[in-house]
Amino acid sequence: MKVELDTDKCVASGQCVLTAMDVFDQDDDGIVVLLAEEPGADQLDDVREAVAVCPAAAIRLVEK
Amino acid sequence: MRRIVVVGASAAGLAAAETLRREGYTGALTLVGDEPHAPYDRPPLSKQLLAAEWEPDRLTLRRPEDLTALDADLRLGTEATALDTAARTVRLADGTDVPYDGLIVATGVRPRRLPGGGHVLRTLDDALALRAGLRPGRHLAVVGAGFLGAEAAAVARGLGCEVTLLEPAPVPLAHAVGEEVGRVLSRAHQEHGVTLRTGVSVAEVTGAGVRLADGELVAADETLVAVGSLPNTEWLAGSGLGVGDGVLCDEYLEAAPGVYAAGDVARWTHPLFCVSMRIEHRTNAAEQGMAAARNLLNPGARKPFAPVPYFWSDQYDMKIQAFGHLRGHEEVAVVEGDLAERRFVAVYRTGDRVSGVLGVGVAPKVIREWRQAVAKGAPFLSSVGGTGKET
Repeated sequence: MKVELDTDKCVASGQCVLTAMDVFDQDDDGIVVLLAEEPGADQLDDVREAVAVCPAAAIRLVEK
Repeated sequence: MRRIVVVGASAAGLAAAETLRREGYTGALTLVGDEPHAPYDRPPLSKQLLAAEWEPDRLTLRRPEDLTALDADLRLGTEATALDTAARTVRLADGTDVPYDGLIVATGVRPRRLPGGGHVLRTLDDALALRAGLRPGRHLAVVGAGFLGAEAAAVARGLGCEVTLLEPAPVPLAHAVGEEVGRVLSRAHQEHGVTLRTGVSVAEVTGAGVRLADGELVAADETLVAVGSLPNTEWLAGSGLGVGDGVLCDEYLEAAPGVYAAGDVARWTHPLFCVSMRIEHRTNAAEQGMAAARNLLNPGARKPFAPVPYFWSDQYDMKIQAFGHLRGHEEVAVVEGDLAERRFVAVYRTGDRVSGVLGVGVAPKVIREWRQAVAKGAPFLSSVGGTGKET
């Protein structure tokens, strides 16, 4: 599983960071930063939740 | 549970449907939406879409293959017209009855309208219709200076329109964010050339503009009516579901046995703020959809729905972000930055607790720290310390 971001869409809500802190961070403008492009199995549930709560639909989880 | 129906195919309904599958539900799933479009995102309607920076395809919430993977019976362009909780069926506009063991109501809201019409801004089609009328030199009147109206006003200015913003309250957004912050935000509009008229009451929209209650005509080529919304609950009449400015739910979002509600239409008492509320924010729609789905599937392990609400608004170069429940606050303290410069963090007090935080032009991480105080219901006085400038 691989995480893809559309940073142009990101609205800096930070909901992904609250949901999956080991996978996402924000830069000074609040735009999402990917810490782990291929998160481990133990993080997948959190990442799926981050995909769902992202208010901008800027995160996608892609099956490899 | 073998048959689940989700009524409403926007952010809340989609999140509910996806969560059901993610949590292992393998039975029949029907997702009903009254709009013809595949689920799309609404916040960009008053921002990037209206500004013609994005086209509609950019707003789709999921790729076609993701929707296919949901393995749902997707009934788009189909309105739900009645609910029979005894027979456990949802009646659709095409005359079919869809049986359910579990139901999630996510039918959202629709805009309030004024006599005479005018544009509203809720759906993709609404936004495209308004966009077609915004060109340099055209005059747009916006009735209602809430977040939606203010965002549209800002976009219209950016497109070179003349804009008049009409607001019945003395200070726009005062009930939501407080007078001081409301004034700061409205000043930004005036500095960008918007004509702001407060304390005005609108009687009707006409072909020539907006007729005020005192008879004056505010001339405009296009009018946007952004005066709030009404929950879509009429189809639940006679169902036995409690309805009162939304579908009335318990703290688990259950409205009746096996029936849950989520998104803009759901009213429940928030356990943290102890206030009955309905939240019309994008993030809440997704969170509430997920929570309703989980509680429906796992009756033995239900959790009260107690999110820290979040919303943002983009107006000109301002990004406004807020966490918590600001409405009904009793005091606002600026804990960082300067209101006049439109770079600040404002913290809201309700009772003796921190109930909300709003930031403009500051690093989101700073606001996120205050989110913790909201989540804990931290004591206001010790949280803002001596640094807070009371307003």
